[in-house]
Amino acid sequence: MKHDLSAKLAGHPFVQGLSEDHIKFLTGCIANVKFMPGEYVFREGEPADLLFLLRSGQVAVQVYGPGRGVTTLSTMGAGEIVGWSWAVPPYISHFDVVAQQMTLALSVDAKCLRAKCETDPEFGYQMLARMVKVIERRLTATRIQLLDMYGSHR
Amino acid sequence: MAHIAELPNVLNDSDPMIPRLMRVVKNRPETSNTFTLTLEDPDRIPFKFEPGQFNMVGIAGVGEVPVSVCGDPDSPMLVVHTIRAVGAITDALRRVVPGQFVMVRGPYGHGWPLREAEGHDVVIVCGGIGLAPMRPAVYRLLQARDRYGKCAMLYGTRTEKDILFKREFMRWRTRKDFRFELTLDRGRGVWRGNVGVVTDLISRLDVDAPNTIAMVCGYEMMMRFIVSSLIAQKLDPSRIFISMERNMKCGVGLCGHCQLRGTFVCRSGPVYRYSDIASLLPVREL
Repeated sequence: MKHDLSAKLAGHPFVQGLSEDHIKFLTGCIANVKFMPGEYVFREGEPADLLFLLRSGQVAVQVYGPGRGVTTLSTMGAGEIVGWSWAVPPYISHFDVVAQQMTLALSVDAKCLRAKCETDPEFGYQMLARMVKVIERRLTATRIQLLDMYGSHR
Repeated sequence: MAHIAELPNVLNDSDPMIPRLMRVVKNRPETSNTFTLTLEDPDRIPFKFEPGQFNMVGIAGVGEVPVSVCGDPDSPMLVVHTIRAVGAITDALRRVVPGQFVMVRGPYGHGWPLREAEGHDVVIVCGGIGLAPMRPAVYRLLQARDRYGKCAMLYGTRTEKDILFKREFMRWRTRKDFRFELTLDRGRGVWRGNVGVVTDLISRLDVDAPNTIAMVCGYEMMMRFIVSSLIAQKLDPSRIFISMERNMKCGVGLCGHCQLRGTFVCRSGPVYRYSDIASLLPVREL
């Protein structure tokens, strides 16, 4: 079973380039999870105690506002991650994340991950380097969205 | 507008500056500020063009604007233009009704490299009204599907209400031999599709870079980000083509309004090989 999980983990782009030892360690922190369409992966304000590595399907990052209803800010699919609040105190989720399709993912226990990052600086660096890459890509995407480039200002 | 119909219907293939008068067959709103004009030659003279080329479309006494041809290149009896109303001329064009006449000069410029793309995978990336100049290329690709490898089109727009050619696009999406992906900047209500920038979709593609030709169309700033994402997928800049937009006036490289350093967009473009003009894009006020 663990061998199966380890293979699934090793195939995810987020851990590409990670050493065998680190993948082996990470395997001890993960579980296989499935979300049905409409099921929440996590909700705003909840403790960010899991990081999700998406294997298939699609999830939406949403925010709800009175009078505005639900707004979807972005969607993510296979090969991507959701739930970066695990790395930033006070480890609270800022948005709702809901499955739009049946979604398969690996959930990583955040406490286990943080403890390892603290005790193994090399592992911690590898994790944060990957997180920074994701954050940089999403920040760029957000900036592009703010430019409203499909508008009529031509 | 009656005075326009009284003008002689001039057709002179040897003089590209002389417009043809074309009758409005249909004027259909696409989105809140975008509409599609379907035109025909009153003498039933076919209009031939290559996907990616543009016409100068106008109204006598008002003016003319460059607009990409967005109809089917294999249906030469109809000339189709999708236009965003952003000023006096395009506002006037928005108000034309069937039976009225508009002036059309063209087609001008170089289009998409569909011949060069034969035998290769094709990735089309466009945003907003950038879908319009791409549509004739999609028609050609669909019509000669077996001449190309894997084909994908990635289209980004603001909201669900801003999706151009929505019914047609949704029909394309049902095809198994051509991947059509759509993403919105904002998803509200019942929208269950992708939300995010169109560059996000590029990173989800499994691109065979050495065997892929990319065609990009949209607002210039957006194209820069799209090209960066394509290059990050290992696409060579010489295999990326972009459609430039400048202030085209004469359409034949005489007036200089659309000059981009050593090139005239109306004559050498609007479609360029990215590697040929990459150094010009970051230059301000060019």
